[in-house]
Amino acid sequence: MITIKYFASLKSIAEKEEDSLTIESPISIDQLSDIIAKTAPKMEAIIREKKVMISVNQEMASADTIIHDGDEVAFLPPFSGGAK
Amino acid sequence: MSTTTDAKIRIQLEDFSVTDEIEAMKKVSRNIGGITTFLGTGRELSKGQTISELNFEHYPKMAEKKLEEIREKSIKDFGIIDMSIIHRIGPIDIGENIVLIVAAGEHRGETFKACEWAIAELKRTTPIWKRETTTTGEVWVQDTP
Repeated sequence: MITIKYFASLKSIAEKEEDSLTIESPISIDQLSDIIAKTAPKMEAIIREKKVMISVNQEMASADTIIHDGDEVAFLPPFSGGAK
Repeated sequence: MSTTTDAKIRIQLEDFSVTDEIEAMKKVSRNIGGITTFLGTGRELSKGQTISELNFEHYPKMAEKKLEEIREKSIKDFGIIDMSIIHRIGPIDIGENIVLIVAAGEHRGETFKACEWAIAELKRTTPIWKRETTTTGEVWVQDTP
């Protein structure tokens, strides 16, 4: 099972803060995006248009990063910490 | 309420004392000859809108990891003696402290450079998000100036 986390503005778009997903074998970020498009349809355009960054186990991932059972995947909108 | 601990990287709800953090840094080494600080505070106006409250959210573990990477790279690349980075989360009123970077070195030159680089890198790489509450509602800030 993998854990999927949504932060900041993405929580209201995905309509959840956290989700879990059972996978039979390792999958790529692209394959995960296909699955999420079905379970959280409003996320699809945001993922496809690359308006979010994706991390796996707290490290930034790319489209071909492989996700294994037990991994934590997070969808991260652009950061805005600190002050101008 | 403020807290000071020995930890050089902190993400916390509580306010901090800039003076206490500088004094703690001065105890790190007798070779410190210059300290540069950056303090980010809650601003009332944003894009013409009056902000009534700010709220910061972070990705636990990843945010701390990124701040530690920034600290270690600052020390290595700029040759400073030490750096501390503190970022608050949760609700923050206008005028309150948000983020503090303290860069200490033998001379001022490297501490200015390290401090400027560190705040820019924090905003670029650290998963912390700001939500502004204005008279027209709440908005997550997504631009990185």
